[in-house]
Amino acid sequence: MSKDLKSMEQEHANRNSKTFAEHLEQNGISRRGFLKFCSSMTAALALPAGSADVMAKALAAARRPTVIWLSFQECTGCTESITRSYSPTIENLIFDFISLDYHHTLQVAAGQQAEEAKEHAMKESYGKYLLIVDGSIPTKDGGIYSTIAGRTNLDLLEEAAAGAAAVVAVGTCAAYGGLPMAKPDPTGAVPVSALVKDKPIMNIPGCPPIGLVMTGAIAHFLTFGRLPDMDELGRPKAFYGDSIHDRCYRRTFYDQGLFAKAFDDEGARKGWCLYELGCKGPTTHNACATLKWNDGVSFPIESGHPCLGCSEPNFWDAGSFYEALSVPQGRTGETILKAGAIGVGVGAAAAALNRSNKSAAVEGRETITVEDLKRES
Amino acid sequence: MEINELLIWARGPAFHWALAIFVFGMLLRLFEILSLGRKPDLSAARDSGVSGGLRTLFTRSLPRPAIFSREPLRILNGYIMHIGLFVVIFLYRPHIELFGGAWSGLPTGVVDAITAVTILSMFVALLMRFYSPVLRHISTSGDYLAWLITLLPLLTGYLAYNHLLLEYTQMLTYHILSVELLLVLAPFTKLTHLFSFVLSRWYQGYLAGRRGVES
Repeated sequence: MSKDLKSMEQEHANRNSKTFAEHLEQNGISRRGFLKFCSSMTAALALPAGSADVMAKALAAARRPTVIWLSFQECTGCTESITRSYSPTIENLIFDFISLDYHHTLQVAAGQQAEEAKEHAMKESYGKYLLIVDGSIPTKDGGIYSTIAGRTNLDLLEEAAAGAAAVVAVGTCAAYGGLPMAKPDPTGAVPVSALVKDKPIMNIPGCPPIGLVMTGAIAHFLTFGRLPDMDELGRPKAFYGDSIHDRCYRRTFYDQGLFAKAFDDEGARKGWCLYELGCKGPTTHNACATLKWNDGVSFPIESGHPCLGCSEPNFWDAGSFYEALSVPQGRTGETILKAGAIGVGVGAAAAALNRSNKSAAVEGRETITVEDLKRES
Repeated sequence: MEINELLIWARGPAFHWALAIFVFGMLLRLFEILSLGRKPDLSAARDSGVSGGLRTLFTRSLPRPAIFSREPLRILNGYIMHIGLFVVIFLYRPHIELFGGAWSGLPTGVVDAITAVTILSMFVALLMRFYSPVLRHISTSGDYLAWLITLLPLLTGYLAYNHLLLEYTQMLTYHILSVELLLVLAPFTKLTHLFSFVLSRWYQGYLAGRRGVES
């Protein structure tokens, strides 16, 4: 091992011995600011009011957790979203605080050194580290469609998951397969949950997901030593419990039956409901409408664009983004014409058959006379 | 199957199959009726059959005082149910989108209230069928099936909109599937009256018109 790497490790060990409280103090965050963060975080996680104290105590004493971040078939949008800093907040400091020992986009080390750092971290915190995965995993042809340092994603995930305390699948690709798994799925992409079966997994879907959701999940993990409560799709309920539609500030227009019909019509200018422009808000669960994006500035619907439903499984295969949820996919007119033509054809044939049966019956009719009726058989 | 996949299936292939069976089945039934054939009426017409037929198409939608006074509740309930179904299907904006979005709808809350009333009227219809000895006697399983497949889309739509019983995506999926069930079975139950009422009214009106009697 080189000398540089040794000194880096020493520094790493020093930092790891620091608690979160010390880390905040070093970064000039007051106790008051920290408590405010804990209150807002417990509120965001929908925890009881008293939990703020619990979180403050637990977080203050928390040691740097080792985090290994594996990026597979992804676009780095999730990393962009989560690391984007609009202002130096405590949320960001949580990211600074965690010991992100491997993240091949963010880390300085590259090549052999990077892989060594990962192996070292995994060995040192075996059974305790948090594994974060973004991107789906290709499984077709032995998983050769995505490799890092000569090893398939499949192999890397299996190895890293074995020693993880918990796995967090960040982004829709890691959570549900996302874009790589969309038809025709050339690489046989699967989500993390299809491969990792023996570890607690939390999905943080979204394309990309909201940074605060990620912070919240990590804060919860640090406070309680476990992942937050999740829905049946493995998403933290606190953030994915409501649909976009139910929390949308334009909901009132839906109820009034006022809809924008084009992106530049009067309804669009007045901020009416975007349902008819294809909004998937009613079937999409995420925190966009409440937490919003870019430090609470806005979210897609507020910017005038319908929700794409990016935090739901199969969102890419759910038809046009710009057709209303109530509109069936495919060519309805064609179906009607084809079925109509067959119906007319079969109907005409049935009618002809009926007629010929009828005329055959008329022709074959035997005349019955009164004498016939009187005849004793 | 995961619910989103089921929703995609319901909005895609399932809808097209259901629609195809509906169109095919309805045309087949109409041909069946039309090809029954009628013997030519050789008597001299006293009045126009055509005007009688056209008139009856509309007058049969109006209550007849003599009948209305005998069973006002049944007739009123029938109006409520049919008008309710019309409003719910054709005047709710997301449904209008389904038909190309060419006309304006009612506020969603109004449609929601009308849906509730329509559901109630369907139960009233069922009770009346059940408590009338004659009606109960002549009812077949086909009648109850027609009632059920008409009720299901109304009920699931109402529950979905009001977030009752199941999560919205699930209920919406079942709502769409229930409509598809209705489409598939409509041509093969008494719900053929969706279109065949025109033929029967025309026929009755035409015959009465030729004879110069009221219809």
